[in-house]
Formats: sequence, C-alpha cells, structure tokens
Amino acid sequence: MEEVAFEPRVLAFCCHYCAYAAADLAGTMRIQYPPNVRIIRTPCTGRLETEFLIKAFETGADGVLVAGCLEGGCHYTSGNLYAKRRVQYMRDMLEEMGLEKERLRMVNISAAMARPLSDAITDMVETVRKLGPNPVTRNGHKSKQVETRVEPSNANPQSAICNPKSKQVEKTL
Amino acid sequence: MIVAERKKIPELLDIVKEHQRLLVLGCGTCVTVCLAGGEREVGIISSALRIASRLQGVDLAVEELTIERQCDNVFIEQAADAIERNDAVLSLGCGAGVQAVAERYHNKPVYAGLNTTFIGILEEQGIWTEKCAACGACVLHEYGGICPVTRCAKRMLNGPCGGSREDRCEVRPDVPCAWQLIYARLKEIGQLDKLQRIAPPKDWSHSIDGGQRLIVRQDHRI
Repeated sequence: MEEVAFEPRVLAFCCHYCAYAAADLAGTMRIQYPPNVRIIRTPCTGRLETEFLIKAFETGADGVLVAGCLEGGCHYTSGNLYAKRRVQYMRDMLEEMGLEKERLRMVNISAAMARPLSDAITDMVETVRKLGPNPVTRNGHKSKQVETRVEPSNANPQSAICNPKSKQVEKTL
Repeated sequence: MIVAERKKIPELLDIVKEHQRLLVLGCGTCVTVCLAGGEREVGIISSALRIASRLQGVDLAVEELTIERQCDNVFIEQAADAIERNDAVLSLGCGAGVQAVAERYHNKPVYAGLNTTFIGILEEQGIWTEKCAACGACVLHEYGGICPVTRCAKRMLNGPCGGSREDRCEVRPDVPCAWQLIYARLKEIGQLDKLQRIAPPKDWSHSIDGGQRLIVRQDHRI
C-alpha cells in the first residue's frame, strides 16, 4: 500500500492590520501560497497569549507562524514587540518539551507585502515539511514522511508554490 | 506576596514519571499575581506536560484545576474530587500550598511544580524583586523602610561596606546599594540621626534556624 504523503498543517496567526491584509492582497494579486496554511486573524499579534501557541502544538499543528506588523509599525504601538517576546519564550519552551523550536516562527509583514508573506508561508511550510509531522499527534508518520511538492501544470508561473525557494524571507527569529 | 517561578519541564516530567493520572493544581493568590501558578500557568504547564510525555512515549493524563487559595482548608476542600480521581497532585502553589494540600490528603503524593523564591513585590510588568526575608525580627523602622537584611548583599546593619561603586552594589552591580538607598531615604525624611546608633548583633533566633516557626494567638483561639 502506498504511503500517505505528509502534508504539513501550519497555523498562521495574522494581524488584522498587516499580515491578514497582505494575505488579502496576495489573493487580489493572484499570488499563490501553499494550501497547508490555516490563517487565523487576530486584532494584533499582541493579542496572542502563550497558551494559544502551546495549544496549537498540543492539538496537532505541525508548525505555527506568527505574522505581525513591521517593528515600529504596530497599529497599537508595540503589540508585535510583545508577541516577539512571547514567541521567543515559547520557542525555548518547545525545546524544553522536546519539540523543534523551528516549528514556531515570527515574521514581520506590512499590509503591502503580499509577496514576502507568500514567501514566508512557503518557507515555513517547507521548513516544517523537512522537520516532519508534529510527533505529538502524528507519531505514526514520524519516520515515514514522503517528500511531495505539488507542481500544477497550469499554475501561475509567478506562483510561490511553483518556486518555493525563490526568495528567502528574512526572519526575525 | 510570595514570588515563585516554574520548574523546567524535564524536571517536572521526572518528578511525576511514576504516575498515569496527574492533577495540576493552581493557586489563585500570590502565584497567580507573579504569573507562576495561576489558572493560565496551569493550562500552559499541563499542555507542556502532555506534549513532553507523549514525545517520551509516557502515558500521562493531566487534569487541570485552580483553586482560590492552596494554603486554606476551606478552598482545598474544593479540590477534593479532582484529587481523589487522580494518582498524584502537581501543585503550582508556593511551598506552603504544597504542604497544606499534602497534609490534607494523606494517601496522595503531592509534588511542588514551582520553586518558591522570595517575598517580594511587582516592581514593573514582568519584574519582581525581593523585599522581605521573613527574618522574624523586623528592623525596617531603623532604616527608613529599606531592609538591609534583604537588600544588602552582606546584610550590613551598621553602615555600608564601602565597596559600592556609583551607588551600585559591589556584589551585584545590577542592583542599587541598599545603604545608599537607606542614606537617601533617611535624609529625605529627616532621620539621619538614626545612623548614629550602633545596631547590636541581630537576634537571628526568630529566623529559620531552630526549626519550623509558630505563632499562637490565644486571644484568637476557640
């Protein structure tokens, strides 16, 4: 029987004022990004509590992306800076628990940065794909991951999914 | 208030490794305020224990509960059912809370999930400082309300050691010299003459040596 391909499930917490709008813009611009991501809109990344992040991993997310405003550009002045500290705290805690800290990442995106958001999502999905499934909930698949990359024949040539390593987005963490 | 900080997850996992059903019991008083053992921290530590135990292939079911105060029998009673249906309790209360729960439930192991650190205050968001060593014989009235026992690294009672540099402690340059603070405070309130007094050796018999301390108030006994 053929092995079921591992498709990462990445949760993206996107700030209403920047990354979520960038995702909207990506749609308008017809920029594609991997369908592995589930976007949750937050009023500000400062709204994110530590427990949201740990619950995501406990309940099956293979990776979590926190996308907030550019530093200095937070609608609420400093919510993204608070989020940055919480993400760092949780990355340390992930290591304590035995999970790879690379499964959690924060990026800073403005509302106009549709392409960088798409690249950030693609990069996150590919990072998680290499790490394999979240062993907490998908232990059975841990050692048997199959590398699959969808190459749709009729895809937009500018699509991020067709060229996932087109551009490495600078990571804040 | 009592200030504590959480133990690391591997240590917690090692503490509870013999058990399959664990109650993580939070306390809604001091450790909630110092963000170490309140309802939120119970949720985070419980999730972390579930994740870490699954990764290690350990079968551990974790239940969460937070009561108002772990050092009070009235509130501990509210946890009776939850304690009964679990194999052990990981208390996120201070040391007093852990022992109060343990004394009440003789047949259940009760473990400390926090390191109780000191009696202190919230200095600013996310920063707590020690203010009292509970020495049992308070001398704050002599020193303008600044405790040399807690805040001077050498516990000097008769003036500064002479090692401070730019008003900072020579042992801990990140903290101010307590004696500089005492001098400034006494000057401010016009009590510099108190520094003329020679303080006799402090009576440490009221402090932690000599076993558990006890206070009995006959006027409140019934």
